Amino acid sequence: MTTLAERPSASRSRSPFRRPLAETGLGSWFTTVDHKRIGILYFVSAMVFFVIGGVEALLIRLQLATPDGQVLTIDQYNQIFTMHGLTMVFFAVMPLGSAFFNYLLPLMIGARDVAFPRLNAFSYWVFLAAGLFIYSSVLLGGMPDGGWFGYAPLSLVGGDPLGYTIGDATTTQTIAGNTVAEGQRMVFYSLGLQIAGIASLASAVNFIVTILNMRAPGMTLMRMPVFVWMILIVSFLMLFAMPVIGVALWELMMDTSFGANFFDPAQGGDPVLWQHMFWLFGHPEVYILILPAFGIVSEILPVFSRKPLFGYTAIVFSGIAIGFIGWGVWAHHMFAVGLGPVANSAFGLSTMFIAVPTGIKIFNWIGTMWDGRLRLTTPMLFSIGLVAMFTIGGLSGVTHAVVPHNWQQTDTYYVVAHFHYVLFGGAIFGLMAGAYYWYPKATGRLMNERLGKAHFWIQLVGFNLTFAPHHILGLNGMPRRVATYEDGYGWNFWNLVSTVGAFVIALGVLVFIINLVISYKRGAEAGPDPWDARTVEWLTTSPPPPHNWDQVPNIRARDELWQRKYPTQGQREQVRVPAGGSGELEGDVAPGTTAPTEGTTGATQSPYTISDPGYDKGVRHDVHMPSPSYYPLIAAFGLPIAAYGVIFDQPAGFVFYAVGALLVLGGLFGWVLEPPTDPSAEVAHQ
Amino acid sequence: MRAHRRMSAWATVVLLLLLGGCGIGDTGGDLALNALDPAPGSPAVELDRLWDLVFPIAVGVFVLVQTLILVAVFRFRRRKDDDDRQLPKQVAGNTRLEVLWTIIPAVVLVFVAIPTVQTIFSQNEVDDDAMNVRVIAKQYWFEFEYMDEAQGGVVTATQLHIPTGREVQLHMQSVAVNQASSYDPAAFPDGPTGEVAQGVIHNFWVPRLAGKTYIVPGHTRTMKLSTTEAGLYLGQCAEFCGLGHPNMEFSVLAEDPATFDEWIAAQADPAEVVDEGLAAEGQQLFNDLTCVQCHAIEGYPAQGLPDGEVVPLDEQARIGPNLTHFNTRDKFAGNILETESDDDLRRWLENPQREKPGAQMPNLNLRPDQIDALVAYMRTLD
Amino acid sequence: MTVDVHSPESTADHGHHTSLGISNTKLAMWCFIGSECLFFGALISAYLIYINERADGPGAELFDIEFTSASTFILLMSSLSMVLALAGIQAGDMRRFRIWIVATGLMGSVFLAGQIYEFTVFLSEGANVTVSPFWSAFFLLTGFHGVHVAFGILMLIAAWASSLTGRLRMENAETIENLGLYWHFVDVVWILLFTLVYLIPALGGGGS
Repeated sequence: MTTLAERPSASRSRSPFRRPLAETGLGSWFTTVDHKRIGILYFVSAMVFFVIGGVEALLIRLQLATPDGQVLTIDQYNQIFTMHGLTMVFFAVMPLGSAFFNYLLPLMIGARDVAFPRLNAFSYWVFLAAGLFIYSSVLLGGMPDGGWFGYAPLSLVGGDPLGYTIGDATTTQTIAGNTVAEGQRMVFYSLGLQIAGIASLASAVNFIVTILNMRAPGMTLMRMPVFVWMILIVSFLMLFAMPVIGVALWELMMDTSFGANFFDPAQGGDPVLWQHMFWLFGHPEVYILILPAFGIVSEILPVFSRKPLFGYTAIVFSGIAIGFIGWGVWAHHMFAVGLGPVANSAFGLSTMFIAVPTGIKIFNWIGTMWDGRLRLTTPMLFSIGLVAMFTIGGLSGVTHAVVPHNWQQTDTYYVVAHFHYVLFGGAIFGLMAGAYYWYPKATGRLMNERLGKAHFWIQLVGFNLTFAPHHILGLNGMPRRVATYEDGYGWNFWNLVSTVGAFVIALGVLVFIINLVISYKRGAEAGPDPWDARTVEWLTTSPPPPHNWDQVPNIRARDELWQRKYPTQGQREQVRVPAGGSGELEGDVAPGTTAPTEGTTGATQSPYTISDPGYDKGVRHDVHMPSPSYYPLIAAFGLPIAAYGVIFDQPAGFVFYAVGALLVLGGLFGWVLEPPTDPSAEVAHQ
Repeated sequence: MRAHRRMSAWATVVLLLLLGGCGIGDTGGDLALNALDPAPGSPAVELDRLWDLVFPIAVGVFVLVQTLILVAVFRFRRRKDDDDRQLPKQVAGNTRLEVLWTIIPAVVLVFVAIPTVQTIFSQNEVDDDAMNVRVIAKQYWFEFEYMDEAQGGVVTATQLHIPTGREVQLHMQSVAVNQASSYDPAAFPDGPTGEVAQGVIHNFWVPRLAGKTYIVPGHTRTMKLSTTEAGLYLGQCAEFCGLGHPNMEFSVLAEDPATFDEWIAAQADPAEVVDEGLAAEGQQLFNDLTCVQCHAIEGYPAQGLPDGEVVPLDEQARIGPNLTHFNTRDKFAGNILETESDDDLRRWLENPQREKPGAQMPNLNLRPDQIDALVAYMRTLD
Repeated sequence: MTVDVHSPESTADHGHHTSLGISNTKLAMWCFIGSECLFFGALISAYLIYINERADGPGAELFDIEFTSASTFILLMSSLSMVLALAGIQAGDMRRFRIWIVATGLMGSVFLAGQIYEFTVFLSEGANVTVSPFWSAFFLLTGFHGVHVAFGILMLIAAWASSLTGRLRMENAETIENLGLYWHFVDVVWILLFTLVYLIPALGGGGS
């Protein structure tokens, strides 16, 4: 029974630390390797960054509320719009996706954890370290100010090359006794994103291996929930996109900090190369941001329509198609750069036709709702909101693909409108739907429906008030990234409307956060399956035990849980197994359960995990979960410390290099020598 | 109630989109930069024609999808008296529908794609008799140099004059702020390996005349402008280019060919040498305060002295704008200040960094009497 | 039945119980190699784009093809010895394993030393990252390859050391198989680099 006896003495830990064993308490959050707790860490951190990015957005909108805005200086504005983009893309939406991946992926495929739990913790800490590193620039000469797209040569020379206003790259200032070159703002950008890229890469490998290798018995690829499919596609996109931007960022850093000539036209470098590399990453990145939301919606719509997902195969394959075509459309960000008519035509066509698989998804979602019995709960409202709002973003995307008119649209607020409809109306709506939907699974309590619905309507109105006017502003000639604009171009009214809308969104987000906090203690008890859901993450208790399942479920169908609850498949008179009754299989459902309705609480203990002999014979394990570890944290925080070596002049820079390298290598060394599961840890269950 | 709110929210969106599409959703200005209002005979007309094709299609799809969503929500929503144990029909898909909504959008897109590709290529064609103008973008203003012999190498800034009814081919380059652009075209070879010092990327945009074209340092980019309607067309840099980006504007003045020719002829004249009064003091200060190290004035006397020799134009600096005919432009400093206004000119000379942060002209800490003299001198530059 | 705690990192079943039938670590290594392909692909693209951007600085004439051919041959031979080391541990012959793993590490080190020597020659001839896009791209590309070799050597040393302590045994042959995958990948990349970076410009493909 016990695994301890099998352990060779040689694999005993040689750690200089006592192995952290606490599974509870504040300290345990720093050493946890449990995918669910890491998911929660991701969610909370990403929400903090989301709020920071939101405050930046409010500052932007305040500045632009009236012509000749005086809220910010141009220099401050340039830093803030850059950081708004970086924060929302890399430190809010991507990690929010990761939060759901982490929490749900093993639960949805019937695994006990991800394939590499410590690597998972490492990913999280690296992401956090990257965010803190970039934001530390605010104390060290200013935040990045060259746009999230970091176009060279502006990112090489800085926003003010003559230095009359904010100083240039050649002057230095003294901070805490060390000199740091000013004009290093974009070095924080290139280094910070490289560090964040390491986190994404590690996550991508981890998720791919988990999905491909750790599925429960019977969980074939085509039985996987669509959300899992989207994680798989997103992970592959990250796996291949991150090295491209990594190289580009290295080259940028070599230029800014070591005098290389990759993008310096004075030496024969070509700024267009940066654009190609950035968007070769940047366009797949858009799908990295949006596909998780598509997956979430594909889970939620069937549950609240009480019908299977319409066109599962079509949705999966259109997702794969988007993933592939997404690599062949990057130059649509560069139609005005002058690539020539042939390249423009090719990329224009590929961009137009990526609308086809996207349309397939939209129509299938509507097909899912059609003829269903729609329960308009908060997660459902957000999901429908995504379908409606993303459609607008998709359609403006098609107008972008009309290359000659793109020459009018590009670099204007029309584009700002487009990608906010995609990334806010799409990604954020989807992620919020997911938050409402899976909150009861993670906390055991439902979020407040009244507040949730208020949040939805406030946000829907605020979102459209904010971003619909951007269409008009853009077509009326308002360029992006301008810190001020003059009176007299017909832009005043819509800018004011947009600013009002931004504060309405802020109100909605405030309601959301209040709901998250108060429901944690006061929400209605959820039970294992409050929504009468279809997939197996609702099979275990809410919140699930550390080892997820006492018995790993056997998967027999795509909507496994639904099939267990409603065994007579395909019949119009398909009726839920009545309380205490028996379905097709004896003991399939425990006695005492009732059909859950909207917002009601079920039993606190899962009816399905107790006795499940019909499915689970032969798959029983004595569970031994991996132990917590310090090393992912140590190795992760070595990275930004080493990165300060580039920022600071010698000799301080050398000290940073040395300490950072020591932490990374030491952390990895300890990691390798440490057994995944500590010998002294108790067997978790049974 | 809820339904009503949902409907009104969507109605607002439709309305806003329609308003945007028609370009009538304006308040507080005359939409001088409206991309949906192309000038007659300009390349923007062809662009707008594509918009008129794709926008109604987009609105049609929008209405279709939103209607389907609304119908689904209203018809199939759960009602209070529904029996939850009664399930809707468990339909998992329909192959015929999948094929339909794959093929129909693809076919619609083909109809958009064909004119798109045609226009991409037609926008690339230039008339044989097009006039050639070099556009030099700096942080943060545009310089225009007439390249053809007929226009005799006239150099101006911020306001581009073009004749109506004739195509103008722009050859656009970007140079660094502290780099003098040269009068010698050979110093600007086309292609990425030239001697061009490092500028940043700008984006040339006159919405009512044409689409945008990036000006990438190390490359020469071309685009065409034309119109049959005389008038002032505003333009701006559309690509984020640093601190001065919001203040990097310019204008295109389309004139009938006769007026244009007169203007060109006048631009070729040198400035008059001033020999007495406050203006002469200003002329002297223009030399003494180092203005000459950046700005050219054709006909400017050596050392600023009225009896001095005249410095040839090609020996003068070209870091800042050529000021020979300063008063003939309606605006200056990236098209944000009124040339006619003494007040604007004084404020600029007091502290250019306050008026246009990041501008390459430093604050020279001029005394009020120096500013008086300089303004008086500049008013002679017709 | 109990979960096998020896399985590195994995909380799942042992390798032969995974859904695809190959172990998690091996699948992860393949994913990593896939990612590395794009990493080197991007670096190689930059080099090929800038192959003629010498900015009046030195060019490919500094390359010593004979020298680099020799070090390339040594690196190739290290792949062979890696295969022999794997065969050793799979056969349970730890002595044979140790001989060949040390040989692999030594050949890798010789290659790395050669690269360092080559870099110092180039630097003394006035070529460095600041000279031209060509040299910027050259040093970043070959430098990153060198870092990969160095990291591989560290792992070889670690494998050798843990075989001495008894930590690495016949049952862990798959760890060496994964290490081998990495090592062979790095070698294959070098063959590509040697052709594209050294041979093509030296044969006049790049002009000057």
